[in-house]
Amino acid sequence: MASPTLGTPVATMPPPAAAGDRPEFRKRLRRRNLWIYAFLMPTIVLYGLYTLYPMVASYWYSLVEWNGFSAEQRYVGISNYEAVLADPMFWSAVRITVVFMLIVTPLRVMGAFLLALVLNSPRLPFSGFFRTAFFIPVVTTTAIVGVVMRFIFDPANGPPSVVAQFLGLGPVDLLGSSSTALLTSAVVYVWKFFGITLVYWLAALQTIPKDLYEAARIDGAGPVNLFRYITLPMLLPFLLIITILTIEDCFRAFDLMQTMTAGGPYYSTEIIEIFIYRWAFAASIPQLGFASAAAVLFGLLVMVFVIFQVWGLTVSRRMRGQR
Amino acid sequence: MTPKQQAQVSQQPSPAAQHGRRRISRRTLWWGAFALLLGLAFLWVYPFIWMLSTSLKTPGEVFGGGLGLIPEVMQWENYRRAWTDGNFSRYLVNTVIVTVATTVLVVVRCALAGYVLGRYRFPGSRIIIVILVATMFVPTGYTIIPVVHLSMSLGILDTHLGMILALAGGSHVAFILVYAGYFRGLPKELEEASIVDGAGFFRTFGRIMLPLSMPVTATVSILTFLFTWNAFFLPLVFSFSNPALRTVSVGMQAFVGENSTDWTGMAAAGVLSMLPVVALFAFMQRYFVEGIAGAVKS
Repeated sequence: MASPTLGTPVATMPPPAAAGDRPEFRKRLRRRNLWIYAFLMPTIVLYGLYTLYPMVASYWYSLVEWNGFSAEQRYVGISNYEAVLADPMFWSAVRITVVFMLIVTPLRVMGAFLLALVLNSPRLPFSGFFRTAFFIPVVTTTAIVGVVMRFIFDPANGPPSVVAQFLGLGPVDLLGSSSTALLTSAVVYVWKFFGITLVYWLAALQTIPKDLYEAARIDGAGPVNLFRYITLPMLLPFLLIITILTIEDCFRAFDLMQTMTAGGPYYSTEIIEIFIYRWAFAASIPQLGFASAAAVLFGLLVMVFVIFQVWGLTVSRRMRGQR
Repeated sequence: MTPKQQAQVSQQPSPAAQHGRRRISRRTLWWGAFALLLGLAFLWVYPFIWMLSTSLKTPGEVFGGGLGLIPEVMQWENYRRAWTDGNFSRYLVNTVIVTVATTVLVVVRCALAGYVLGRYRFPGSRIIIVILVATMFVPTGYTIIPVVHLSMSLGILDTHLGMILALAGGSHVAFILVYAGYFRGLPKELEEASIVDGAGFFRTFGRIMLPLSMPVTATVSILTFLFTWNAFFLPLVFSFSNPALRTVSVGMQAFVGENSTDWTGMAAAGVLSMLPVVALFAFMQRYFVEGIAGAVKS
């Protein structure tokens, strides 16, 4: 992506003429670079301290035994990792995170795709109203939605339970039963962030040039063929991107899960972030080394998907470049 | 369909009539889709309607009233309880302080970094971009332990300042890249003209470049505002030992724990805490949607 303006406007300014200008030019370049580094300073300091340093420090923390209060950090090598990997609760958290992802991703990606196709049609009345309705849960505070959902799924007076009782099914406790809690919370998560995926798809649909459809229609293509030979292939690169973005989103479910189920009942919704939180902050004696080891392993899992994303971006760019 | 009707149908071969019928059936299809969407949209906003109605009911009504959405007598008292007893006035002030400060900090730092990264090549520029992109996606759960410990060593763990710095230092890489892309696309003549006029590096940025980037700034500040207002993990951990620092989203959680029976008060608190963002969204809808759509288009 080498654009011509990437060059250095200030540096190219003086005419390439007299040799006497050289020191002047160099001085100016140095001044310019000083300004550049000054402009970068806030990001270097903040991002360095609060994102880059913690990423590296996690590795050190994972090698010590430490409760966070005392200054004493005892180096214990990889024994934290051994403990985490031997802990069935950690593996259960990994499994729950993955299952959660496997429920959420297809529902969000394909559901939003179908809805976007309908909402994109100019013939649909009030489409602006619908877009707003589906987007509203996105802007509301996740932690508050979590609390409200606890209330809505209350077995005594929550709407789903009242409906089930009306149908003769008796009261249902969807979030309180360990067999349904994960599925229910995944559905709530889909509900909450569906609007984002919908907007992604609507944006993707906008990138298809209108004259492609017109040309095909003149050639006698019906709606089915238009969809099959134009819409689908044009959207394929976006499918890749949107799927990966949605998967990564699933790693940030802490807010909703902690407030809605706090990992319960019986740890049936304990995703990895809650596992880390429980050992690092919610325990009466925090095990920061142990929690850090889990965090590092979590980071590795996320990294796999980030690599996947970089690959996906390259592939999709190439696919779009061909046309 | 009886055979007689079938015969009647097959007796209308006129192409015009057939065309008309197809149009009608297509129109009914659209109205069917419309009705389906209406039902789906209702399901989407139902939790909010239910919460709003609960916030105006008496506790007895919530438990005995089934699905009825209209309260018998409006209980505005619930709101007063959430506001004063639930400490929501305090939480709201905290949230406003933290959110506004974080947004300003993020916009300033991302605009500055995006400007130089998008417009200049200098020693280290490539490395910085590579590092930023490689660490673009870091979940809070991964970095939270060192962040807390760092803030503790700096002595700002239980302060607004600590919360603000940690929130503003988190991954806002996408915003830097959006700024960089925007500044890269501006014509070079702008800077040349400003230098001829005798403006320095900073003046060129402040007087010409930053005002030109208003569309990006609007999107970035609105999205940051939303993310920060809704943030939970960091404010939760930063207000552990000092409940007076709680933001609305953390306070809501505490509200349930401490007053587990006060459902109507909680619903009122929920409405109160959602109101500001929903109002902001209503006014700034275009920027929200464009900002999120931009992520996938680029």
